[in-house]
Amino acid sequence: MARYTLQRFIYMIITLFIIATATFFLMKLLPGSPLTNQEKLTPEQKQIILEKYGLNDPVPVQYVNYLKNLVQGDLGISFQYDNRPVTELIVERIGPSAQLGFQAIVFGTIVGLLLGIFAAIRHNSAGDYFATVLSVLGISIPSFVFAALLQYYIGVKLQWLPVAFWQGFEYTIMPTIALSMGVIANIARFTRTEMLEVLNSDYILTARAKGISQAGVIFKHAIRNALIPIVTILGPMAVNLMTGTLVVEQIFAVPGLGEQFVRSINLNDYTVIMGTTLFYSALLILVIFIVDILYGVIDPRIRLAGGKK
Amino acid sequence: MKKKLSLFLVLLLAVSTLLAACGGKNDNAAGDKKEGDKPAETKKEQVLNLLETQEIPSMDSVLATDAVSFNVMNNVFEGLYRLDKNNEPTPGMAESYEVSEDGKVYTFKLRDAKWSNGDPVTAHDFVFAWRRALDPKTAAEYAYIMYDIKNAEEVNTGKLPVDQLGVKALDDKTLQVELKNPIPYFLSLTTFPTFYPQNEKFVKAQGEKFGLEANTTLYNGPFVLSEWKHEQSFQLKKNPNYWDANTVKLETINFNIVKDTATAVNLYETKKADRAELTAEFVDKYKNDPNYLPISEPTLFFLRMNQNNEVLKNVKARKAIAMAFDKEGIANVILNNGSKPANYFVPEGFVKGPNGKDFREENGDLLKTNVEEAKKLWAEAKKELGKDKITLELLNYDTESSKKLGEYLKEQLETNLEGLTINIKQQPFKQKLDLETKMQYEISLAGWGPDYQDPMTFIDMFVTNGAHNQTGWSNPEYDKLVKDAKTTLLSDLQARWDAMVKAEKILLDEAVIAPVYQRGRAYVQREYVKGIVEHQFGGDWSYKWAYIE
Repeated sequence: MARYTLQRFIYMIITLFIIATATFFLMKLLPGSPLTNQEKLTPEQKQIILEKYGLNDPVPVQYVNYLKNLVQGDLGISFQYDNRPVTELIVERIGPSAQLGFQAIVFGTIVGLLLGIFAAIRHNSAGDYFATVLSVLGISIPSFVFAALLQYYIGVKLQWLPVAFWQGFEYTIMPTIALSMGVIANIARFTRTEMLEVLNSDYILTARAKGISQAGVIFKHAIRNALIPIVTILGPMAVNLMTGTLVVEQIFAVPGLGEQFVRSINLNDYTVIMGTTLFYSALLILVIFIVDILYGVIDPRIRLAGGKK
Repeated sequence: MKKKLSLFLVLLLAVSTLLAACGGKNDNAAGDKKEGDKPAETKKEQVLNLLETQEIPSMDSVLATDAVSFNVMNNVFEGLYRLDKNNEPTPGMAESYEVSEDGKVYTFKLRDAKWSNGDPVTAHDFVFAWRRALDPKTAAEYAYIMYDIKNAEEVNTGKLPVDQLGVKALDDKTLQVELKNPIPYFLSLTTFPTFYPQNEKFVKAQGEKFGLEANTTLYNGPFVLSEWKHEQSFQLKKNPNYWDANTVKLETINFNIVKDTATAVNLYETKKADRAELTAEFVDKYKNDPNYLPISEPTLFFLRMNQNNEVLKNVKARKAIAMAFDKEGIANVILNNGSKPANYFVPEGFVKGPNGKDFREENGDLLKTNVEEAKKLWAEAKKELGKDKITLELLNYDTESSKKLGEYLKEQLETNLEGLTINIKQQPFKQKLDLETKMQYEISLAGWGPDYQDPMTFIDMFVTNGAHNQTGWSNPEYDKLVKDAKTTLLSDLQARWDAMVKAEKILLDEAVIAPVYQRGRAYVQREYVKGIVEHQFGGDWSYKWAYIE
């Protein structure tokens, strides 16, 4: 296992390096400069400023310089936020995004599982159809539509929850619900399908024949097996949530990282583009890694060759 | 299955209607309760709750370039002068000034004012900040705004050391500024953030941290930045050390960062914000509300026409294009946010001349919509060019409102000018700028806002080979008018003014650009908020005179 982990870790570094390289050169293909007052500057004034930031060097030189700093953990300073270190900028904003993503995943998984199991047990009943319709809606309606509806009805009309801002737990409820709709729908769908398959398999029949109660069959035997594919989708879903919170964050005025990702590209804020891309990539790679490890924990059948020793 | 689904949808609809109905009732009840006696008291508390669309990019007055930073700075810092309620410069850190006979040497007498840490504000603070702004090592993007000071350009381009800059502290309380040319708008320039003072000791002590946090910045304005939660909120508190603290009534201003207009409106409705900016779709809802507040800005949008293009080199073709679209429709239907149709280049309500008249009052409408005339000119142009079918590309911003505007322009131009096809090319802001700079466009929708309070900030754009001309247009008479206004006519302000009036006439007579609209912004603001002053350049708002009634 240790060897496998190390190997995977080396691959992770290589992947990150490739991403950094590709992003850097693609980014340099963007026309325009990172200057925030560009439309007012004459070409000479622009040159003076670009010179100071080393942006007049040939791109390969800039690339090498960037990598040198990166290895030392220095992501540089932002252009749009004068002199603010990129690392600081990411750290300040990741908290709310991560909290929302985490809450949405946990809430969505629990509700989705319950809904899926319920639908599978009550196969072809009204309850099953209800759950199915809910899943279809959850998948097809984007989270920001839910967000806007929740804000208007719950926030403005009923005034049960705050409309927006980020000042405590009650402020996280609506964005969490809005974000978790997709998660609920996905998980419920997968759980239902998997559960139906598992419930029809031979070993469940055996368990039932042994006289184990309905609850025992479901919780001891069926769920565990039904969980495997769900763990698979959980990884990418978590990353999707992290990067895809942008619009929901904007609607609820959450001070998250989502917008920076897009904004930095629009503004040619080179250091922030690199910083956020690398950060999100590292996150994605890490999540995939964790999911791989989790497989082994849940299903001994796919434990790795190295692990047997 | 299908039946059940539709049944479900009907149910869902019913439930949501019910919810909405309930909501309405509840809203009233809650409203009554909240609007009763209690909020009236709390509102007298002199706390203003505002929204900002973005995190503050910078609190270093020398480096800042954007509206959000400038707005905060205008309220927590103060230059030699500041803009008053009528947008005229009024003494700030300076108590008075004297100007030499030739108008080139200003001597400012500073008042006894303090920084928020108790240090006195001295003439050295100005010298330090201005040198820092022009030092090429600082790479300040607004350095050029100081180029009217003697040697400023040379210092900024590294040809002279910073100590050669024409600004001197004669003693702690006397600042002497030497100008390159005796510009008549220097006092109003000193209200601009790049001209604010900075405390050398403090800036050096904070090093790289300066201006990044509330407590690594020093204040000398009516308010201090008391709290700054990045990307989330910031707060201004009254500055007890401010020299004119007696005038300041507001105790606290809370800003929350909200990027979504619908959210801002919802916050306004639930009384979490006292003011919200509206986009076109919300203006219809609030247009007749007594709290609706449209505001006109001195920012002008126009079509730039690249004269390297054979068709656009033809003055009749340009004129036809400039006259062929309905500006009223653009301002009132497409934009619908307080924007005005523009038949001019220097914005309305931006600057008054030596005779006290607004520039627009003097020069009126110059290039009005006239479809009949446009059709005639277009036919003549086509004949001169020997072409029957003409295709032009319109370079546009990629924002939602610009897209609509672009489509509308295309429809209008194609309908009114026979044989014309317009292809729209949308680009993100920076990429669009890049294409314009390289003159790789045919027609482009562009905007321009003032850098200083003088028509020249618009007029001098179109001198031959000017950095922002970008049309290839060149007119010796125009160039001479601009040059005279910048040099020989500085001794005769009325003649200078007349030269600029004449220059604008030439510009639009030749239809170098086709004015489209003067930008406005629409707000809703609670009736108990009074006295927020709107500015035409520098920071957008002053809260110094604002209060809660």
